Amino acid sequence: MAYKMLDGNAAAVEAMVLARVKVISAYPITPQSYIAEKLADLVAKGVLDAEYIRVESEHTAMTAATTAQLTGVRAATATSSVGLALMHEVLGMTAGIRMPVVMPVVNRALLSPWSLWCDHSDTMDERDSGWMQFYCQDVQDIIDLMLVAYKTAEHDQVLLPAMVCFDGFFLSHSMQKVDVPEQELVDNFLGEYKRKNLYLDTSDPMFVNDLTPPEDYTEFKYQMKVAMDNALQVAPEVMAEFERSFGRKLSIIEEFQTADADVVLVTLGSMSGTAKQTVLRLREKGLKVGLLRIVLYRPFPFKQIREALKNVKVVGVLDRSSGLGLPGGPVWVEVSCALSGCGAVVKPYIGGLGGRDVPESTIEKIFNELLAIKNQETETHTSWIDTKANAMDIREVLKVV
Amino acid sequence: MQKQPDGRTPELKKCRVLGPMASIFTSANTGSFRIERPVVDYDKCIKCGICARNCPGNIIEIKKEQKECVEIDYYYCKGCGICANECPQKAIAMVRERGEH
Repeated sequence: MAYKMLDGNAAAVEAMVLARVKVISAYPITPQSYIAEKLADLVAKGVLDAEYIRVESEHTAMTAATTAQLTGVRAATATSSVGLALMHEVLGMTAGIRMPVVMPVVNRALLSPWSLWCDHSDTMDERDSGWMQFYCQDVQDIIDLMLVAYKTAEHDQVLLPAMVCFDGFFLSHSMQKVDVPEQELVDNFLGEYKRKNLYLDTSDPMFVNDLTPPEDYTEFKYQMKVAMDNALQVAPEVMAEFERSFGRKLSIIEEFQTADADVVLVTLGSMSGTAKQTVLRLREKGLKVGLLRIVLYRPFPFKQIREALKNVKVVGVLDRSSGLGLPGGPVWVEVSCALSGCGAVVKPYIGGLGGRDVPESTIEKIFNELLAIKNQETETHTSWIDTKANAMDIREVLKVV
Repeated sequence: MQKQPDGRTPELKKCRVLGPMASIFTSANTGSFRIERPVVDYDKCIKCGICARNCPGNIIEIKKEQKECVEIDYYYCKGCGICANECPQKAIAMVRERGEH
């Protein structure tokens, strides 16, 4: 066991190196750039035995990574924000041809307003792309969930790609003491990559991703649906095996002080750590609050969330994307759906957009409102929880902080 | 857990596959969305091959030794009617599919 001081991007690189990726095609984009640069550096220095393909865009980065993996090796790429949006078309191909590519995505807001900073609007837009999505709370999670993602994605009964999402700057650029597993243990855990399905081989050619008529399209999609269903069973098994191999407990949802809670907040990503801290502080005051953190967001752990929250009276869901045109964000929509018929009031909250910090004060504000609603002291609901009072004032961008 | 197919299927004997794949040169039946089909009147046809040269799908073959020399691959023909328009003899009629006129 070796501890290293790593930021989130470096942790993602460690995981890719441990997985022995053989082809890398990554295009730099803030705040992911370090991943593309560090991998290039490792290949140039001969530390990492891999081909590095310099591509002209994320569209090509994803195409090259997917097709490289079709030859029977693990391929690597990584992106953020508009880079992920540019990959959109190819993401569907990767999932459809069932290539278990694992990609770290450093969460950054989508335009416009143009932003370099964190929110989840980039990955939320890809939630139905056929990719699994894991959301990390801290830097250790990035290595751990990357390894879990490889093993889940490559499982015979899954064969779907996976995004490991972590918050730009909050995780990508903050250092933390990280337990980096030994190569031998990772080799035993992941095994050598073997092609299991479609492949590119000049001695045994095939057409991949050919035009599919209405007679077959539905069935291919159904096979992907079955794979997603299977992933909900496979991921917890892989996490249990991970705990046996590496000693850290992981789960697809994390229940924190929910057992006797009057109100529960649902979060994902780095704000979950702040929320846990807030829960502990409010518990000291005797307030029965709890947190449910979604780790595996795709496939959505529908039954597990319903089971965990079925007796909670008031649930808040804090989305880190704006969900324009609906009262709440996508996580709220899905949690509401999971809890339908349970009798719980499910309140949407939107915050932490475009890099705005989600401090304990924001989380506390939500808990206080949820408790007031639960005690029928108020009907006030502040869905945009951290918006300034003068939001509707016409303004110019005078300085970028 | 519902098992995914893991054996060789008779139609796709090359390998176990999930996802769109073909092991022979083939394509989806893109002729299925045709509304009208070209039909040749061989009493007028002079075997010039202009229809074949103008076909954007490249699916017309001329076999001059045969009386019915224009072979149209209806699996791919979209019924665009360019052959009928280009024919100098006006020997190609566009006929409604499904028999309606």
